[in-house]
Amino acid sequence: MSKYLVLIYENEADYGTLSSEESDTVTEAHRTFLADNKDAIIGGEALQRASTATSIRKGVVTDGAFVETKEAIGGYYLIEAPDLDAALAIGKQVPARFGGVEVRPVLLWDV
Amino acid sequence: MTDAGRGGGGDGAVAAPGDLPVPDDLPAVAAVGAPAPAPAPPAVAAAVAAAHRREWAFVLAATARVTGDLDLAEECVQDAYAKALTAWAADEVPKRPAAWLTVAARNRALDLLRRDVALRKRLPLLLDEPPEPEPDFPDERLRLIFTCCHPALALETQVALTLRLLCGLTTAEVACAFLVGEATMAARITRAKKKIAGAGIPYRIPDSEELPARVEAVLTVVDLVFTTGHTAPAGADLVRADLVDRARDLARMLRTLLPGDAGVAGLLANILLTDARRAARVDADGRLVLLADQDRALWDWDAVAEGRRLLREALRRRPPTRHALMAAIAAVHADAVSWEATDWYEIIGLYDVLQRHWPSPVAALNRATAIGFAFGPEYGLRALDALALEPCLAGYAYLAAARAGMLGKLGRADEARAAYEEALLFTDNDVEREFLASELAALAAPGAQRLDGKS
Repeated sequence: MSKYLVLIYENEADYGTLSSEESDTVTEAHRTFLADNKDAIIGGEALQRASTATSIRKGVVTDGAFVETKEAIGGYYLIEAPDLDAALAIGKQVPARFGGVEVRPVLLWDV
Repeated sequence: MTDAGRGGGGDGAVAAPGDLPVPDDLPAVAAVGAPAPAPAPPAVAAAVAAAHRREWAFVLAATARVTGDLDLAEECVQDAYAKALTAWAADEVPKRPAAWLTVAARNRALDLLRRDVALRKRLPLLLDEPPEPEPDFPDERLRLIFTCCHPALALETQVALTLRLLCGLTTAEVACAFLVGEATMAARITRAKKKIAGAGIPYRIPDSEELPARVEAVLTVVDLVFTTGHTAPAGADLVRADLVDRARDLARMLRTLLPGDAGVAGLLANILLTDARRAARVDADGRLVLLADQDRALWDWDAVAEGRRLLREALRRRPPTRHALMAAIAAVHADAVSWEATDWYEIIGLYDVLQRHWPSPVAALNRATAIGFAFGPEYGLRALDALALEPCLAGYAYLAAARAGMLGKLGRADEARAAYEEALLFTDNDVEREFLASELAALAAPGAQRLDGKS
């Protein structure tokens, strides 16, 4: 089994246009995703907006995300899967209506 | 492939070297560590070369199943081919070279793994229980194809890996096919192998749910090898025969491995029907001969017949696959005894179906060209001009060349000249450049335009 980090990239501005019912459906979609894949999911969190981020480069602290893009990381899941195909199958189910996800294998240390 | 080679597919995976199935004509692996060989006799060298061409993918795929690592498998297979040169010269060429090579490569792999604990740790497959044999896919090569053509790899990387791992091309040969430097290609292949290992791209047949899309991805790769060879993007020759032959070999391999797949039948049909014209596409001086002017007696009519048989099978699927439709268009040309007898309405109809299911700017361009031949250059020109703003066709030599041909026929020499000059900017193939330049020169001579309806 390998671990994969599923990074959720979405356009934050689009979330501002949602009604509260629509916001609920997003939450519900994540709940469903979690329930459907509970054996594979090791962890995951939603993040506050990228505007709340603080970056540090060579000790210099600046306001904002490390890379400014239209689609920002809004959350992540850490999953376990036997191979990339299985990880992608889970990644495809991650709710990300205003963007998409990136599936990154976690580096295993040879010890 | 042989039964012995096939039989080794699953059960050899966890066996000790001595337990590997050994074909009866396999010489003892005494060639391992043999003294420096004398050059192999020509017959043996030819047998090894033939086995390299025909069996490389089979041997590598079977070995990769044991090692679980493509790099190590490649190294062991190369070693096995090197050993074959001396062993076959000392004894005789085995009746089943693939089985001999597979056993030799596996012995080498197991030998290396036994000696190197660190290596073994890195390679989980060897330690795992061997996967259940899959009766529908008794051949390991499919796994290798699906790994090479995995959508998590960039298309050009998929093509490079396919040429390297399935066709056994060297990195230098792959680099040459892509017109990039060897170091660049070596880095690209290394990166791809690292991604396969690091991201866990599996070495297996996709689930039935994913299978159609994954087969389509494989067909795209083989088609790209074929089109790159059919008209080389650059260089002295119109056709890169090596690439065309490799693409046809790959399509034939897929046909063996997925005999019921209409997409595969369509691809092989298209390659056969299109490449059947190869001998007629340049004249004795190496100059380009347009389809209109080709001597159809030079076409490979055996390939056409085989292509037609495959096409009939491919067209049973509804809707027909992309490659089957392209093959059908090629077959219409083959059905015509001459250029003048071409059924352009049928061809336009086929392009319409193609556009409906697989819209593409290149197919639209070809359709526009067919309209020009069916209804006259003014109609063709109108259809071409509708594509002028298509971003994918900006910088595409054939759009400018097709416009030039039609403008020439309409007597609009100045515009034709500009269009030929534009086309010349966009092709680096010497044969095509020479053709465009000669058409341009013919235009410059007053009254020299072709008025015979050919382009």
